[in-house]
Amino acid sequence: MSWLSLFKPGDWLLAGLGAFLCALSFPLAWQGGAADKAVIKQGGEIFAELDLSRNRRIEVPGPLGMTTVAVEKRRVRVVSDPGVRQYCVRQGWLRRAGEIAICAPNQVSVQVLGGKDVYDSLSY
Amino acid sequence: MTHSVIKLTTTPEDHRIAQLAAAAIGLALIDAAIPLPLPGIKPGLSNIVTLIVLARYGWVTAAWVCALRVIAGGLLLGQFLSPGFFMSLSGALLSLLVLALAIHLPKHCFGPVSWSILAAFAHIGGQLLLARLWLIPHNGLFYLVPLFASAALAFGIINGLIAARLLANLPAVGTGVNND
Repeated sequence: MSWLSLFKPGDWLLAGLGAFLCALSFPLAWQGGAADKAVIKQGGEIFAELDLSRNRRIEVPGPLGMTTVAVEKRRVRVVSDPGVRQYCVRQGWLRRAGEIAICAPNQVSVQVLGGKDVYDSLSY
Repeated sequence: MTHSVIKLTTTPEDHRIAQLAAAAIGLALIDAAIPLPLPGIKPGLSNIVTLIVLARYGWVTAAWVCALRVIAGGLLLGQFLSPGFFMSLSGALLSLLVLALAIHLPKHCFGPVSWSILAAFAHIGGQLLLARLWLIPHNGLFYLVPLFASAALAFGIINGLIAARLLANLPAVGTGVNND
């Protein structure tokens, strides 16, 4: 007797429905913290809001010079900064909602914001 | 001191429940011995017995067998009245509730596999509910829902198929089945 013959029509239906619910549960449970946009602040004021779905590069003027911020593949990073210690550059790509890179000397900050904020702020 | 004999009168139904519960407890012990990566994910082999009992002897007998399995299994595994025991109990209660409804589904369309899938989801649902309310009161628990749900579906189908196959091979019951 084949195992498949033990399935009744309704069994297929329920198995399919169950598989659909399982597939649906993955994005629902795991998308928390997905990033939507990056907010760039200069001197405490919002300088620009970048949509993470579009790759682009932006120059932010500060007291020391230009800070360059780049968006690529739904991530954002500080490419270059005139600050001495380069903390914000070395932080690398930010991709999760709440992550922030602060270039204090040049008074520039880049923060990732998502639809659902899991963390108020993340920095390393 | 007077010598007294306590005599319990048992019915054939009691014997049947005891035998089936013993089979379920045996499977529950095997279940506990299988190593699996995530706590909370188990094949739930003893539910095969519950499904067979449900199909052949009705919901009341199935509920007895299931309850006895949870309690005696908890005692044997040394987790009686521990959090693990209550997880097992909440899962069993909710899946029994769902099975009480599931057996009224039209028989020509929905078989033991359907019951098993529904019961597996109810089981994990009951456990998650208790875990969220009592053991881990944090929404971080729901990160594991996709894994639990997938495991419930997979083991639900497998257990249901085993139960369906055993039911097909078993001789018919003389007493007649009444699930209504």
